[in-house]
Amino acid sequence: MRVLRAGALSLRWEPRAAVVCGVLAAAAIGAAVLVVGSGEFPISPPDVVRAVLGQGDRATGFIVTALRLPRAVTGLLAGLALGLSGAIFQSISRNPLGSPDLIGFTTGSATGALLQILVFGGGAAAITAGSVAGAVLTALAVYLVAYRRGGGVHGVRLVLIGVAAAAMLEALNSYLITRADLREAYEAAFWLTGSLNGRDWDQAVPLALALAVLLPAALLLARPLGMGELGDDAAQALGVPVQRTRALFIAAGVGLAAAATAAAGPVPFVALAAPQLARRLTRRPGPQLLPAALTGAALLACGDLISLHLPVAVPVGVVTGVLGGVYLAWLLSTTGRKGTT
Amino acid sequence: MTRLRAEDLTLAYEKRVVAERLGVQIPDGSFTVIVGPNACGKSTLLRALARLLRPREGTVYLDGDPIGALAPKRLARRLGLLPQSPLTPEGITVGDLVARGRYPHQSLLRQWSREDEAAVTEAMEAVGVTGLADRVVDELSGGQRQRVRLALVLAQRTGILLLDEPTTYLDIAHQIEVLDLCARLHEEGRTLVAVLHDLNHACRYATHLIAMRGGEVLAEGPPAEIVTAELVERVFGLPCRVIADPETATPLIVPAGRRRTLTAENL
Amino acid sequence: MPPPRPPARGGRGSHRLRLALLAAALLATVVGSLAIGAGHVPLGRVLSGVFSPDGGSRAELIVHELRLPRTLLGIAVGMALGLAGAVMQALTRNPLAEPGLLGVNGGAALAVVLVIAATRADDVLVCVWAAFAGAAGAAALVYLIGARGRGGAAPARLVLAGAAVNAVSSALTAGVMLLTPHTFGGFRFWQVGSLGGREMPVLLRVLPFIAAGTVLALLLARPLNALGMGDDAGRALGSRPGRTRVLGAAAVVLLCGSATAAAGPIAFLGLAVPFIVRTAVGPDQRLVLPYSLLLAPVLLLGADIIGRVSAPGELETGIVTAFLGAPLFAVMVRRGRTRDL
Repeated sequence: MRVLRAGALSLRWEPRAAVVCGVLAAAAIGAAVLVVGSGEFPISPPDVVRAVLGQGDRATGFIVTALRLPRAVTGLLAGLALGLSGAIFQSISRNPLGSPDLIGFTTGSATGALLQILVFGGGAAAITAGSVAGAVLTALAVYLVAYRRGGGVHGVRLVLIGVAAAAMLEALNSYLITRADLREAYEAAFWLTGSLNGRDWDQAVPLALALAVLLPAALLLARPLGMGELGDDAAQALGVPVQRTRALFIAAGVGLAAAATAAAGPVPFVALAAPQLARRLTRRPGPQLLPAALTGAALLACGDLISLHLPVAVPVGVVTGVLGGVYLAWLLSTTGRKGTT
Repeated sequence: MTRLRAEDLTLAYEKRVVAERLGVQIPDGSFTVIVGPNACGKSTLLRALARLLRPREGTVYLDGDPIGALAPKRLARRLGLLPQSPLTPEGITVGDLVARGRYPHQSLLRQWSREDEAAVTEAMEAVGVTGLADRVVDELSGGQRQRVRLALVLAQRTGILLLDEPTTYLDIAHQIEVLDLCARLHEEGRTLVAVLHDLNHACRYATHLIAMRGGEVLAEGPPAEIVTAELVERVFGLPCRVIADPETATPLIVPAGRRRTLTAENL
Repeated sequence: MPPPRPPARGGRGSHRLRLALLAAALLATVVGSLAIGAGHVPLGRVLSGVFSPDGGSRAELIVHELRLPRTLLGIAVGMALGLAGAVMQALTRNPLAEPGLLGVNGGAALAVVLVIAATRADDVLVCVWAAFAGAAGAAALVYLIGARGRGGAAPARLVLAGAAVNAVSSALTAGVMLLTPHTFGGFRFWQVGSLGGREMPVLLRVLPFIAAGTVLALLLARPLNALGMGDDAGRALGSRPGRTRVLGAAAVVLLCGSATAAAGPIAFLGLAVPFIVRTAVGPDQRLVLPYSLLLAPVLLLGADIIGRVSAPGELETGIVTAFLGAPLFAVMVRRGRTRDL
């Protein structure tokens, strides 16, 4: 730990965490540049950078900024949002499985989108709106059911109620898919896997706005969030408004998960794996919000890059699922130390 | 005038009322110990004093202000609490954990002042865990962990410390170690309020004893003045004798024998 | 904590009564399952339909050919899932543990998709073997990953390993499904668990496995009790946690592998039943296991009956169980004391 002090001002920072963040950001951006360069018409990384800066020839510039950049940017932003959201929920629930995938918010988001795709036949904007509404309504319902007068919302209770909601919505999603006609159901299943295909600025911009508000807010409030891991009583005795912090972070976490899902579909495993990976990389206790967000972005960008270079075209969700799962399994089997599981 | 007092408290969880119209005053500079049988409301009272439980009726006052009206951090700068079963974040080191006690003194632009550093160093020295600073808390023994927990509360630098059963799960040597530490903290001028299970420990270390049963305070005062065989019988329903502790001359409770002692006479 | 003692005599008697009542409830649901459905069958015809169908009457044919296999399958699958859930929660000391979480459903689904994709046929009997192999493979993998490293298979590691394997297999499932659209057509129906449309051979094929798993699980009640107090305390009481875990995992694989193979993934039963039972009878596995064994088929058949009468086109059993189980579960979470979870 290093401290910068000037008069009454004092700021602390962790060299290792800073280096990790730098490397992760570089990896994420590097992968995104390669993603933009990939396709039927390959573009070299320097040309990609020139085109993004508006200095290349016009054809390349068009391909990059209009066709491929939105996809890469959506991937980066969705990764940031999912990683951050996962870190928030794992800290609140004090459970490595307390990620938005598991406690129903992503599932609810998918339900909203499926209803748009299969029942109302809405377009891209309607799907976005549906998935955000689905996530927010699910989160609201879960929070209200988990809320108890006097005791507020307890981490474990929130996870359990969320798991219940997830199971119910999962069933609803399957029901919708079995009742739809085959072609539409196929489209819905594709969406449910999580994909960055054909994303344009319409998806990237709302996600960027959500992140612009929620990411700094979450980082500024990170300290009380981490204090919650001492237990409700201890945190409260140290002057942390536990219930208010929790409610704020749940709102932020849901917003992030909803925005990411709306843009990229329920990309699996990023929210679950990114915080765990970030903690092992930084070797710091507590919620590592920025490292987790950057890990998410790197995971998703690398996943997208791989999906583009596979011999068969699969959506990015397939790749992140396999990648994240294999990596977590590898971590589990190599780090046997108590306290790191 | 006492810094911490409670008036007319009615304490309840959901529908279960634990205590009604309860009033206590914590004498300044005292080592107050609350004793009583299981479920008598002693931990509940401590939680109310720490504002972890909002009383259904009545008010807890700190320095004359109702504690409900104090900003959380402001309260935490004056009053510290060691909860009964705190959690430990995974993989946290002793130094990092103790540093968390500085939270109420910190802000976004004042993340780690020299005072923070001094308070943490001092707290770790006070409980003798300085050498463990870089160890992971999960790997420590129960006694060491409890000392680290105390260091966290000490780093908070509050004049009043509330301790909820600080000796549970510790062996006898570690219990005495923790209590001796508390006595030293008290001698240094802090006001301590502890919930203890062991009546003899309470008598030995407390300067002010509060005996509770069924949500009521049955007696309070210095142990030497109030602890009698009748009181113990009334509070715990335990027939006993009270003798002078051969070490400290404080009251020592000897439960009445249910079995005849084996002596040469009755053999 | 004192070692488990046999319950007092009075307690045992009241449990006998309660178990008898539960058995009676099971019998009632069985009769209901045979008598209720789209085609009207007079109550008098039900018995003759079961035991001596003359082949001429349509009502008797419905009972014998459709409802009897369905009911028997419901009993077997229900028992298997309830018991598997109870064993798994005891093994992992985690009330969130569910067959689905240990990778079993994911593995089964992947195998089914692969078989459908490869053979271009969705023969139910082929799927049974595939699902079974997939479930067993996934569970074994979870165990291998979770048990590696120091400290053996600690609960949290197992659950995390399960999440990892699940993520990989569901990602691969999605990949295979999206690459071979013909698979998707059959798979989307398998994906919603259902008791309907299965014939007698399906049940006969999985029955030996369910029977073996049931016996094994019931024999494990005592060692599981010891395990519930933590590895060290259990060892001090003379149990062998390692062996209990291996045998318990084997029982779980046999039970949920066959249940999932026969009926597809049925949501929530394995999670909710042991939870409900523990709330009612306490943590003693010698009570939890038999109660779960009897309660689960009552709920599953009940859900199946509701599915038959609630919608014109029949709701799949898995959807009904999720919609009934989830709210019930939420209510119990709210009532329960969170620290017991």
